[in-house]
Amino acid sequence: MKTLLMGTAVLAVTASTAFAAGHSVVRLGTEGAYPPYNYLDDAGEVAGFERELGDELCARAEMTCEWVTNDWDSIIPNLVSGNYDAIIAGMSITDEREEVVDFTQNYTPPSPSAYVAMSEDADIAGGVIAAQTGTIQAAHVAESGATLLEYPTPDETIAAVMSGEADAVMADKDFLIPLVEENSGMVFVGDDVPLGGGIGMAFRESDPEMREAFDSAIQTMKDDGTLNEMIVKWLGEDSPRF
Amino acid sequence: MFDCTDPSQLSGLSWLMCYLTTGKHLSLYISVGTVLLLLAITAPTALLFGFGGASAARSRIPPLRWIGKGYIAVVRGVPDIAFFLFFVIALDQAFEWLRHKWKCPDWSEPIRQGSDFIVCAEAKLPLGTAPQWVHETYGFFVAVLTFAIVFGAFAANVLYGAMRAVPRAQIETAEAYGLSPRQTFWRILVPQMWVFALPGLSNLWMVLIKATPLLFLLGIEDIVYWARELGSAKTPRFTDYPHGDWRMWYFLALLIFYLAFTRVSEIVLDRIMGRLTRGQATLAGEAQRKAAA
Repeated sequence: MKTLLMGTAVLAVTASTAFAAGHSVVRLGTEGAYPPYNYLDDAGEVAGFERELGDELCARAEMTCEWVTNDWDSIIPNLVSGNYDAIIAGMSITDEREEVVDFTQNYTPPSPSAYVAMSEDADIAGGVIAAQTGTIQAAHVAESGATLLEYPTPDETIAAVMSGEADAVMADKDFLIPLVEENSGMVFVGDDVPLGGGIGMAFRESDPEMREAFDSAIQTMKDDGTLNEMIVKWLGEDSPRF
Repeated sequence: MFDCTDPSQLSGLSWLMCYLTTGKHLSLYISVGTVLLLLAITAPTALLFGFGGASAARSRIPPLRWIGKGYIAVVRGVPDIAFFLFFVIALDQAFEWLRHKWKCPDWSEPIRQGSDFIVCAEAKLPLGTAPQWVHETYGFFVAVLTFAIVFGAFAANVLYGAMRAVPRAQIETAEAYGLSPRQTFWRILVPQMWVFALPGLSNLWMVLIKATPLLFLLGIEDIVYWARELGSAKTPRFTDYPHGDWRMWYFLALLIFYLAFTRVSEIVLDRIMGRLTRGQATLAGEAQRKAAA
């Protein structure tokens, strides 16, 4: 019995040191193609709302973080096989994803998705709607009865509307607002659709300690209001806040 | 040089010069180097895999022959894209599993927990603490290995055919001179088979050049990724160089790059063909001999 206890203690100690050694650098995976959440700036560095948020969270959790970009399609498989430690890529918290990964609490409130088209009278109920593969918007379009046209990157969904391949695009409203502001031809069509439970960071299910650390860092940012400031700065005054 | 601090004040050539020298564009130029380096390493490695596969497939030892033939059949039969998506993650996990067994024999938790793949921190490859460039280099070599395995199978089939195309009379003569099977293989068969293999291998080389955009599936940012990223429409909020959808121009540049590159390859391959044909009992070899006479 004594040796058993000793053994457990030794194991616990080595496990915790292994944890510390293994996670002194936290690799944050993002897509880098979804402004204002995450995009690559002119220097080729990850920038945007999540860059600033992630750096702040790492500072509060006292960890060194490194940014990695990954294709949206394979962003979850690469997390669970350990190529990076967290996803912070505008990923909405959904039950389907919860089965594979663990989310922190949300760092944006559930925010609306919207349709954007080249004209007010675009048929969003039965027309062709572009959305990014594997997003909650794609799932919504598929259920809505419209014809879903999927693209691997957000850019291509916009390009499809501009070229007339799709009648409209559906995406997070925060992503669409700057586009509508810049392109005189594009307009919001129909009502906003509330989808998902807000955006959270995703971790491996076997990594509860690290998830905890980031979860409480997000809580402190909610408590002192810095998160709201960041939301206003990057996502605009109209975006829902905490 | 130009002063690029406020691009909105610039126009014409100076704007373009500033635009083309942003950090993002430098990444594009570096990725050209990455692609060339990948080709430079992959081609000989794939040839090596192919040579091994072909030699194994024609071995007299049955198990070796089965391995060779199995390798050729399986890899050639699986779609590249499926292979790239599945194999790289599997290969990476296999390496980590081996290191895990070796470095952490006392580990008691299961390696597979649900969908997660957990090995001890010391067995991670590369180590979780390693800087980003180590991760990128590792990813690059996994990519090289994957490409080499895939293209090696095709090369193996080409070389297998080429080995059988060497005139039987040549082998018989070697045997009549008392050369051992090993000597016959290395001194008679191998030097003569290349001329038969080259048309097939040159095809493979061309396909390999065009297959490099698959790199992005492996998490390596190649030229097509950067061209798409740079060409997509940019709004002034997120960049100093806003522009519309310029993907067409970037892809046009890629098209020219690939065409120029394959053209140069063709010229080089033609030269090699001429060199290999010399003294061979083929139609082209005969023509060469007559022209010289």
